[in-house]
Amino acid sequence: MRDNMDNLKGKTSQDFTNPVRPQQVPETAAKRHVDKLLEENRTAAASGGNGGDQEYSLNDDRRVKVLSPGALVAKRFFRNRLAVVGLTILAVMFVFSFIGGLLSPYGQDEVFFREELQLKEFAGATMNNEYRYMVADGQEFGAVLQAQLGLVMGKEDSFTYKNVTYHVTEEGPELYSVDVDGVLVAMAYKDIINPVATGATFSFDFSYNALRAYAHGESTFQAEGSIYDLDDGGTVTLNGEEVAYISRLIVQSKTSGTVISRELRERVAEAIENDETEFTLTTADGVQQDYALEYDAATRSWSIKQETPTRVFDSYTFPSAKHWLGTDKNGMDMLTRLMYGGRVSLVIGFIVVFISAVLGVILGGVAGYFGKWVDNLIMRVVDVFYCIPSMPIIIIIGAAMDGMRVDPQVRMLYLMLILGFLGWPSIARMVRGQILSLREQEFMAATEACGISVPRRIFRHLIPNVIPQLIVICTMSLGSTIITEATLSFLGLGVKFPFASWGNIMNDVTNSYVLTSYWFIWIPAGVCLMLAVLGFNFVGDGLRDAFDPRMNR
Amino acid sequence: MRNFLIKRLLLSILIFFFVVFIIYLLMRCMPMSYVETMAQQLSQAPGSKPYEEWLLQLNAQYGLDKGIIPGFFDQLKNLLTGNFGDSWKFTVPVVQKFNEVIWVSFTMGGIAFILELLIAIPLGVIAATKQYSRTDYAVTVFALAGISLPTFFFATLLKLVFSVQLGWFDLVGLIGRDYNHLDAWGQFLDKAHHLVLPIVTLVVISVGSLMRYTRTNMLEVLNSDYIRTARAKGLSEKRVIYHHAFRNTLIPLVTIVGGSLPGLFAGALITETLYAIPGIGWTSYQAMTAGDIPFSMFYLSFLAILTLAGNLLADILYAVVDPRVRIA
Repeated sequence: MRDNMDNLKGKTSQDFTNPVRPQQVPETAAKRHVDKLLEENRTAAASGGNGGDQEYSLNDDRRVKVLSPGALVAKRFFRNRLAVVGLTILAVMFVFSFIGGLLSPYGQDEVFFREELQLKEFAGATMNNEYRYMVADGQEFGAVLQAQLGLVMGKEDSFTYKNVTYHVTEEGPELYSVDVDGVLVAMAYKDIINPVATGATFSFDFSYNALRAYAHGESTFQAEGSIYDLDDGGTVTLNGEEVAYISRLIVQSKTSGTVISRELRERVAEAIENDETEFTLTTADGVQQDYALEYDAATRSWSIKQETPTRVFDSYTFPSAKHWLGTDKNGMDMLTRLMYGGRVSLVIGFIVVFISAVLGVILGGVAGYFGKWVDNLIMRVVDVFYCIPSMPIIIIIGAAMDGMRVDPQVRMLYLMLILGFLGWPSIARMVRGQILSLREQEFMAATEACGISVPRRIFRHLIPNVIPQLIVICTMSLGSTIITEATLSFLGLGVKFPFASWGNIMNDVTNSYVLTSYWFIWIPAGVCLMLAVLGFNFVGDGLRDAFDPRMNR
Repeated sequence: MRNFLIKRLLLSILIFFFVVFIIYLLMRCMPMSYVETMAQQLSQAPGSKPYEEWLLQLNAQYGLDKGIIPGFFDQLKNLLTGNFGDSWKFTVPVVQKFNEVIWVSFTMGGIAFILELLIAIPLGVIAATKQYSRTDYAVTVFALAGISLPTFFFATLLKLVFSVQLGWFDLVGLIGRDYNHLDAWGQFLDKAHHLVLPIVTLVVISVGSLMRYTRTNMLEVLNSDYIRTARAKGLSEKRVIYHHAFRNTLIPLVTIVGGSLPGLFAGALITETLYAIPGIGWTSYQAMTAGDIPFSMFYLSFLAILTLAGNLLADILYAVVDPRVRIA
């Protein structure tokens, strides 16, 4: 008798796992019997001293393998191939997310840069088509006179202004000089004399003689007491040293502080002549520079672009040895973000389900146990929650948090609380339904007779009996919670940058260029998400079958 | 039966009241609401009034100067008297906008639902009759994979394969580029063509749960005594399954179908957003993120009524289909 009592005591918690199901009763009774016999055998063996590893006869009880209900469930679970597959997937995902993040050499929001040659506007070039005027030393030639000159150039050889007659001489193509009674006053020209030494200026005498010589094709000219040499290209030399060069092309630097070298200017002139769009120039120090030349018809100018090395985000690089899954648009390592994203997604899933399970079990337990108006009240609240469309509500709250500019970390916390708070009604409903039938069982009458307190009755004796269904419903809702979180993050209302989540990694596909060209940005995240949810669903499904006593496999 | 209906109706009204109140509370508490955004925009115009003055004026204009409780009762009165007001974001009467966008969603949802039934019920029955066979595993994996697929991922995959790689469909939108040059039949075909991918997405995502449900129910029925009796009588397996068992499987299915009929009006928020289909889901998403109270209130209370009606309908249908159920 004592033996039997002990046995009962030892089995209580396990027996209560499935008291609802009458099918189990004979099974457990038989088992109890077997247990008892085993116990007797063991004591006999201990006193007799002959060990247990001997051959038993066919009808010996010791040949019967005894399994606790938990072991039975486990056995049934592991016999389900899909459930094992799901469990494996989950194990892989957990290792990937939680250990992978530690092994990855990069940080979650570590940004990578690369040097890139970018064409930057460097200088502009125009052909000079306007006459420029230069006034001789000590003479006056104002704007009015310049305009007058412009009117007569190439047509008449003199004009009169304020009783002074100016004589216009065409010195060469597009080069005119003006004199009053043989004294040079000014000249109009289009070719420009560029000094070789920066900042140097030239006198009227020098300019006049140089331009005239250039126009006439002469090889020497005299100015300011020196004799200069002039070649066909317009280079002016004094005693073999370059002084200036004549050209119609104006090249101006677009960035302040840079000086356009002569080589560049000449190379640009050559490129324009040959209609080149790109050219390379080796500077005096032997550095090779690439330039691009673009003609803008509207302003009749060329813009010279220089390839300059620039530090940019190493974004959208294809998978390589350094970045196994490439980098995203911010130049962050995709694989590392995927690992950290998995961590966030899984942790959020677990916390949300934990919150809803705690709320659901407490409220469902209370409603089911007390019944009457308590039950009515809680169930109406559940109805209200069922009636509120959850997705729109989460979207509204997400948009509100956008408006308040909530810190991403705090936001993650809020997200968990909200999802958890919206998830409890289905669990409460299930728990209540189970408890309604459980509380009519004899063991509840027994607890009442023993004078066990009400909370203890609910949470120690009723709730453990709901655990199987609770585990199943929680596993299933883990999957759906992860999907909900991912969907929200995908819409930009859930987990926010710089934190990664599988949903917000995929957010990039809203850019259709990413969708079509950079598969490595979104396919891995989607596959991870799907695998994790599939794992939870497989395991949940397997658990449901395993807990169901009617399933005999 | 009548007492039950009256009780349920009264409870539904009570629930509806609370749901609407919660929604209104949320919409009112939203920071950076529609009015605040607008006031900010207006105050930035050159030579304009300061932000605070605009806010006061706009609040009075939009009826937001009252407290939340009186504001709620105003809103409730308007809802009950059918005076739904004008949408702030779309600047047309709410009902007009709703009427414009609901039918696309309804068509999409309706076709998807019919396809779901046509796929899920036969597959579920087959899976149950051949439990633990290869077919059963295949159906289970397919169903669970469908449930596990996030809508946005699946839709993006479909887009990549069928729009980008194969070029069969447009990437987004309900109508093609030359829609206006087509005749009526052509316009119909154009719209149908654009709805193919969204419907496929909807079906694959939601067919799984219905399939699982059918399978579970069928298994339950197949394990019951009268099926054993039928087999013992020597009836052919076909007759046992499709005559005796299948009919009883239909009972819970009918309730599910009845319960989800009103849901067809709810629209598919994510799918519509992804394919840029101007249905009720997409429109309401825009309205909600913009803080458009009249439209969101109308849409959300509409959804609440549909859910309540759906639950009631499911209960009634259950009693109608299954004479064993007596509603007290």
